[in-house]
Amino acid sequence: MRSVWKGLEYLALGLVALIFVFPFVWMVLTAFKSPREVMRFPPQWLPETWQWENFVHAWASGPFLTYLANSAFVALAILVLQLVTGIPAAYALARYRFRGKKVFFGMTLAALMLPPQITFLPVFLQLSRWDLLNTYWALILPYATSAFGIFLLRQAFLQVPEEVIEAARLDQASEWQIIWKIMVPMARPVLVTFGLFSFIYHWNDYFWPLVMTNQEHIRTLPVGVAMLKESEGGVSWNLVMAGNVMLVLPILLLFFVAQRQIIRAFVYSGIK
Amino acid sequence: MRHQRIAERVWAFVRPYVYIAPSLIVFVLFFLYPIGFLVFLSFTSWDLISPQKEFVGLANYLELFQSKEFREVVRNTVLYTGLTVGLSLVLAFFLALWLNRKSGFHRIVQGAVFSPHIVSLVSVSLLWLWMMDPQYGLLNAILTGLGFPPFPWLTDPETALYGLVLVGVWKIVGYNTLVFLAGLQSIPREIDEAAMLDRASPWRKLVKITVPMLSPTWFFLLVVNTINAFQVFEPVQIMTQGGPVNSTNMLVYFIYENGFEFFKIGYASAAGVVLLVMIGVCTMIHFWLLSRKVHYR
Repeated sequence: MRSVWKGLEYLALGLVALIFVFPFVWMVLTAFKSPREVMRFPPQWLPETWQWENFVHAWASGPFLTYLANSAFVALAILVLQLVTGIPAAYALARYRFRGKKVFFGMTLAALMLPPQITFLPVFLQLSRWDLLNTYWALILPYATSAFGIFLLRQAFLQVPEEVIEAARLDQASEWQIIWKIMVPMARPVLVTFGLFSFIYHWNDYFWPLVMTNQEHIRTLPVGVAMLKESEGGVSWNLVMAGNVMLVLPILLLFFVAQRQIIRAFVYSGIK
Repeated sequence: MRHQRIAERVWAFVRPYVYIAPSLIVFVLFFLYPIGFLVFLSFTSWDLISPQKEFVGLANYLELFQSKEFREVVRNTVLYTGLTVGLSLVLAFFLALWLNRKSGFHRIVQGAVFSPHIVSLVSVSLLWLWMMDPQYGLLNAILTGLGFPPFPWLTDPETALYGLVLVGVWKIVGYNTLVFLAGLQSIPREIDEAAMLDRASPWRKLVKITVPMLSPTWFFLLVVNTINAFQVFEPVQIMTQGGPVNSTNMLVYFIYENGFEFFKIGYASAAGVVLLVMIGVCTMIHFWLLSRKVHYR
């Protein structure tokens, strides 16, 4: 009797998993269908012949190599800048006493909670006045520091015992060396967590690139994929889904490899 | 020698400011200043082209609150937020109770439930738009296959918002589940054991122990999900463009449309300030909760 219940429970669990995973499977299956098969009702599950050329067509329907390169470059550049600006700031907040510290920390926290969806209009106008729209600057600079990163790193730096730093100071290490040779290596798990969070977040971002750019050469993959829908004479769902696979697959593969760290990165992005 | 000492002391005083300066500059340029600019713009009328920004006082706000369209937008945003947050929290809570086991299979299900959360909202929107296609979509195929009539997922003004709620819940529920799981695992074992000794029924245990013990998690998720749902944009822009007849139009899309398509910058900014106030209130509640939580630890 017990094993029957257990079997039923596993069946139900499998069903739950399916609800969340199946749309992705459906996306992949659609990406391989012919236009005729997409327009069939009731839908057929598997394509008769797998249309690999859908990916070629989707790829060729816009400058997708540019989109892909832009996405990777922007997400990486943002991450690097966030580390370069965030690490010293987090160190100062964790280890120094100075006037205005509380104000700055409060601002960091407030920035953590206020989304770019509020500030995009004034930032757009400002960047347009500086003639920076449709440049990498517009995509990268507003994210050149991360409140979440500062917050997380500050916590990590607070954990490092005072004696370690004292010892380093006795060995004549400069503050700068202490940051990069002691603090950063000791905060490695946190850095990995933050790195995954930041990269995935900006790889996925659609809103900001959409608003700050209107030229193809600068646009990123999510914008390119969303534009696949705008084809004349009806949506070619097989091509849209092929594009979608290109956007989703890297993230799902990353998730498959580093599931634990990624879950931690996202779940703790708010909690701590 | 003495000069060197003085230089050192000056440097020690200045150093923290130097370290935070790059971040501070970015904050001021892209966070603090834009908020001030937004508020300023909301008192002007501007079409992006004319060189002058004319000061119009509260005219934009008056126009907003007298506009039926904007009232619908606020109503839609609040309804969408309430439904998405409420449904996803309750679902996630029960999912977390169910998935709170260490077996490999449970882990896999946790991962599956979480996976929509890390995928781009663009992908999610395109994917569900396709599945909700009125003619060839999978959802209606399943419904008719089971003998139900097809459902107008995104095409009927009465129901289209629920289509977006479904997508919103599907995307966020896994995140909430994992936060609840983290909360569950932080409940001390002894409390569970004491309840067992008292022979508390599972339901009683749930209501009297688990839910109250998780109250910080509930509040945290409530606030964070609400802030998140207020900003919904991609599903609106990609799936419905606010239609049919304004039934799925929500604040960020409204701001985007008025700013970038109709060039009504002042008007859009006033709507932006409304959103700022809504999110600001949630943020303050969040800080208040945070400080209380820190307090009793």
